[in-house]
Amino acid sequence: MSALLEIDHIAVGYDGMRALQDVSLRAEAGAVVALVGANGAGKTSLLRAISGLVRAQSGTIRFAGDDITRVPAHRIVRLGIAHVPEGRRVFASATVRDNLLLGAYIDRDAKHRRTRLEAAFAAFPILRERLEQRASTLSGGEQQMLAIARGTMSAPRLLMLDEPSLGIAPKLIPQIYAGIRAIATGGTTVLLVEQNVGEALRAADTAYVLQTGRVVLSGDASDLIGDPLVQEAFLGIVAT
Amino acid sequence: MEALTTFAQLLASGLLTGLVFALVAVGLTLVYGVMDVVNFAHGEFLMLAMYAALGLALVGIGPLLGLPLVAIALFLFGIVVYRLFVRRLLAGPPEATVFGTFGLLVLLQGIAQAVFSSDFLSAPRPPFQGTIRFAGLAVSQATVVEGIGALLLTAGLYAFVEYTETGRAMRAVAEDRIAATLMGIDVQRINGLAFGMGAACVGAAGALLMLSYPVYPTAGASFALTAFVVVALGGFGSIQGALVGALLVGMLEVFGGYYLSPELKMVPVFLAYLVVVLLRPQGLLGRR
Repeated sequence: MSALLEIDHIAVGYDGMRALQDVSLRAEAGAVVALVGANGAGKTSLLRAISGLVRAQSGTIRFAGDDITRVPAHRIVRLGIAHVPEGRRVFASATVRDNLLLGAYIDRDAKHRRTRLEAAFAAFPILRERLEQRASTLSGGEQQMLAIARGTMSAPRLLMLDEPSLGIAPKLIPQIYAGIRAIATGGTTVLLVEQNVGEALRAADTAYVLQTGRVVLSGDASDLIGDPLVQEAFLGIVAT
Repeated sequence: MEALTTFAQLLASGLLTGLVFALVAVGLTLVYGVMDVVNFAHGEFLMLAMYAALGLALVGIGPLLGLPLVAIALFLFGIVVYRLFVRRLLAGPPEATVFGTFGLLVLLQGIAQAVFSSDFLSAPRPPFQGTIRFAGLAVSQATVVEGIGALLLTAGLYAFVEYTETGRAMRAVAEDRIAATLMGIDVQRINGLAFGMGAACVGAAGALLMLSYPVYPTAGASFALTAFVVVALGGFGSIQGALVGALLVGMLEVFGGYYLSPELKMVPVFLAYLVVVLLRPQGLLGRR
């Protein structure tokens, strides 16, 4: 059986700089896959390559069995992949409602939209109260919830989250992760990029560790939490 | 009492003038808002629209029937200009759009000069030449038709951007084109549409203006200059800002022309512009 997302030996570079080299990754349908690593390891580049914002120079990206390596970025979401970008990038001067409706831009069916809106409120209840407010008036954590909810509005099979806990007040992080778990429980495959390695590994089924553009470790998330390299490099635990 | 009537008279004609400025300015502000391009050839699009309206008038199609035709023609022209030209400029450094659209201005003026000569041409026997008298005020029918037409079209554009699915996509592209792309919005398509709609605004304006203005190769330039002031006053990218700015400019121009002298009518306009730009660089209703 093939995985929902299969990345084989891709390389990505910008202006002569190699961001990713020979990276392969698989995400099984329904799984939560974490992609962890230090700043600049190439995590964001991998998501951007999947969503078509940058072109892979070599290698292939397959989704649900189809080669999507060269599909233009605006078509990717129609195939069932939603990308919640780093830094949230909500439409600040639009209302929460408009942001969510833009998430469902590819599907104008009013009934689908209502169902998804309810699902988004179930994952992040605060958004219902904020519906008519401009996104710019939300706190950072609320904006992150909005960005994730906006990503779910296209009913994606694969939801890619780039640093959902970055710059968020620590007390809101559990709420964001509760929402992510609720979305995953609903059957959506999640590819989760994080610097917050502990949080990501606890939420994930499998995980990949990137270092300077290469995969250096991969396996079950529960095994990786105990891995001495991971503990030392990311969790600040030094083996004695 | 007479001073009061004069004031009311000036107010009415200032507002009506301002509404036409608004229609020209909303096209400019829409294009800027969506794709950060200041289209220096905007006035030349207006000039082309006026020649087109004149051509229609010569074959017996009046301005009101001609208006949708000219607007559609300019919409298509705008999309072609975007696809062949502006899209490539956007791929270059930011200055490319400035020099590129300025080059287009020179090109279109030159072509008009070559094809139509520099003669001032007016529509033969334009309709609405009477005067409307109301409560002691007198305004020409033409300015009333122009003003009402411009107001309806400006309001229509606002409603489109604010309340339709495509308008929402335009706002999304205006704010963050990467995020918009991730929503599945084809940014090139939306840009082309916005550029076409910006041109359609001057298409409609050109048809209306033929009621009371002659056309010549640089006819659009003075309107475009006013439109730049309007857009800067009201806030770049803001449709409501363009309307507010245009009404302000229309009134300042009319009041300046009366109380100072006709030659100095633009002085209060540019003074207001300077004050706003110094105190509130983002414009009256602009963000950032």
